[in-house]
Amino acid sequence: MLKHTTLPMPPPLLQLRLLSKAYPGVRALAEISLDLLPGEVHALVGENGAGKSTLGRIVCGLTHSDSGQMLLRGQPYSPASRPDARRLGVGMVMQELNLIPTLTVAENVFLSRMPRRLGFIDYATINSQTRQILHMLGLVDIEPDRMIASLGVGQQQMVEIADVLSRKCDVLILDEPTAALTGRETDLLFKQIRRLKSEGVAIVYISHRMEEIKRIADRITVLRDGKWIATHQAAGISIDEVIRLMVGRELGEASSRKRTPGPVALRVENLRRGNVVRDVSFQVHRGEILGFAGLMGSGRTETMRLIFAADRRDAGHVYLHGSSTPARIRSPRDAVRAGIALLTEDRKQQGLLLPMPIRANITLPKMSAVAPVAGWISGGKERTAAHRYARVLSVRARSTEQSVVELSGGNQQKVIVARWLYRDCDILIFDEPTRGIDVGAKFEIYHLLSDLAEQGKAIVVVSSDLQELMAISDRIAVMSAGRLAAIFPRGQWTQDSIMAAALSGYRAAAV
Amino acid sequence: MTVQEAKVLDYETPPPRRVNYTAFVVEYLGLVLALVGLIVIFGLRSRSFFSPATFRTIANQIPATVIVAVGMTYVLIIAGIDLSVGSVLALSGAVLGVLMKEYHLSLFVAMAAALGTGLLCGLVNGIVSVRWRLPSFIVTLGMLEIARGLAHMVTESRTQYIGSAVGVIAATSLAGLSLPFIIAILTALLGQLVLSCTVFGRYMVAIGTNEEAVRLSGVDPRPVKIAVFAIVGVLCAVAAIIDTSRLESAAPNAGAGLELQVIAATVIGGTSLMGGRGSVIRSLFGVMIIAVLGAGLATLGARDETKRVVTGCVIVAAVILDYYRHRLGRSSR
Repeated sequence: MLKHTTLPMPPPLLQLRLLSKAYPGVRALAEISLDLLPGEVHALVGENGAGKSTLGRIVCGLTHSDSGQMLLRGQPYSPASRPDARRLGVGMVMQELNLIPTLTVAENVFLSRMPRRLGFIDYATINSQTRQILHMLGLVDIEPDRMIASLGVGQQQMVEIADVLSRKCDVLILDEPTAALTGRETDLLFKQIRRLKSEGVAIVYISHRMEEIKRIADRITVLRDGKWIATHQAAGISIDEVIRLMVGRELGEASSRKRTPGPVALRVENLRRGNVVRDVSFQVHRGEILGFAGLMGSGRTETMRLIFAADRRDAGHVYLHGSSTPARIRSPRDAVRAGIALLTEDRKQQGLLLPMPIRANITLPKMSAVAPVAGWISGGKERTAAHRYARVLSVRARSTEQSVVELSGGNQQKVIVARWLYRDCDILIFDEPTRGIDVGAKFEIYHLLSDLAEQGKAIVVVSSDLQELMAISDRIAVMSAGRLAAIFPRGQWTQDSIMAAALSGYRAAAV
Repeated sequence: MTVQEAKVLDYETPPPRRVNYTAFVVEYLGLVLALVGLIVIFGLRSRSFFSPATFRTIANQIPATVIVAVGMTYVLIIAGIDLSVGSVLALSGAVLGVLMKEYHLSLFVAMAAALGTGLLCGLVNGIVSVRWRLPSFIVTLGMLEIARGLAHMVTESRTQYIGSAVGVIAATSLAGLSLPFIIAILTALLGQLVLSCTVFGRYMVAIGTNEEAVRLSGVDPRPVKIAVFAIVGVLCAVAAIIDTSRLESAAPNAGAGLELQVIAATVIGGTSLMGGRGSVIRSLFGVMIIAVLGAGLATLGARDETKRVVTGCVIVAAVILDYYRHRLGRSSR
């Protein structure tokens, strides 16, 4: 361990020099340089797709930069793999959970270093050591022999954090560690971060949550579109300034035009599924964009899936176009026939046929229109239809025969929108439409949403990006712990009021 | 923006009818070369290879296997598998044989019953795996045992010698080609057309690629999957009729091990076990390669065990080659 805590300006522990990285379709990082000091918490902020996670992944050996170099304690550092980085003292808590759900807590923690006795796993040892690790973090209510799958997401996240903290490291990267945590768990985590800091560990803290960053960070670096924008002392900059640096341009322009909503297109009453979605009721008008805000796991995605009948609902009705009798929607097929489209949050897993051409992806929901005679596809009709809708959305591609897998995130999203316009759906539900899309393409999507609303489509947008919602929505519904906590019309919301509503359900539960 | 999509779609000119010759060559050249290569090698090494006997062996073996391979290609494309084809073939043949021999029913009635048997087995496979969301591997493994057992029960474990009443199908020939051969080729051609030109075919590929995406697009994948298993069942019955006709008898042990032989042929033809990718015509080549390989090795005097080792190596080599073909195909597009 380095002992530099008393020096006024210690030499950097980790130096990043001109790191660049490109993925197909996205420039993830462009010549990033950064110094990481021992004993500091360095917050990395930026919008989705700004390059924060990519940077973390390079530092912890999960991926390699295309160019540039890193120095660890002054020595050239280029980890071949995550275990390699770990050996050199660089650990990371990932945004996605990396636990094996069917193994126990202790088995997961000791997965790569199982102590054995005569070839058998020494369960007594791993269970007692795991308990120590958990207790150190204040997690007294998690038993080491519980199966991971039986824990809540927040607890799983804490186990993951405990796992990483249990190994000595000099550099620790935390990527959105609190996304699934309760306030109490967050406090426990912050206590550990302060302890590590006092031991001289350098911590990179990646988060969207400004309040947390103000609480814990010593310095803040802002990234945007894969570029370094600024590094400030946390004490010397306000949250507003940080946000302005992150966004870089005024989002408010995207839909400044005032729309006049038409008649009600979709009305949802008392939708319920277990305790994930609890008595949710709302309505959307034609020509309106209704935003859905809320924390991760607040039930927004689940609500949308219930409307679309992708999951079975316990109770509740959906009414269409002002009808007083509930619509019979029992499967996604019924939903699509009723003119509802769901653009899922996970495009690749639940939306696209990746290896197939753009053409096939667009015509999928209504093949009958391009197969006039007994199910035989008319090649000409299909090409023309696909071409027309790809054009409406200005999909960037060589031709509609190009595989969707080769397109960038933004263009993939456009292909899915093209699919639903081709299907002639007039209620469009977008779940995280701009996730994983670079900023330029985001603005195209915002304009697209706005255009669709002006054409009289009813639009629901679920997003975790509050700035985005406030820029494009006519109204914002806020969900909290499975309930609809509030609905704000445009002009009556503030970031604070939305945030307060988003937290309201959890406060009640915690008391 | 990446280089590959820097160019915005040319929206002014209408979409061209694209015949991608490069892709076509990549698609079939390898298989044709492999087949021709095998024929040339065996022809040079063995004087008896180009004999009527060899030709007859191959011509006899091919039709039933090709017909089942068409069905297997479909199942593999929807990311399923059907292990019961050999047993279903035996059961359908057994029904045909018993009805004609014991009950003295006409060929047509017995054929209808055989086809019905195949259809029923296929439907059970499909409905059970779809209704309870079970892996088709397990369901059809069960059917493999069930149908085989039933075939033994129906025939009382005795081979049913029917005689020339059933032999007419195999004996008929048009323009020098036997009727079974013609049926097999037509099945393969029709199978390929359905796969590449119909909505049903598109659904199959889409389901194999991403079933959840298909479901969330408002297309119910379940009827398509059941239909595919039903088609395999019927095709097994067709193959059973052809084999029974050729042998003029139905044996309860018919088609033992056929499932692996057919899967090998489809895989040699480049069909992916992960679903979403496959071609009936390529499976046809796969069947021919295996048949030529077997017959050729026999004329060289290879023993059965040697044949199995070589065939096994060819299967593995084919999959490795297909890995590179697939990469090449992607980069040439």
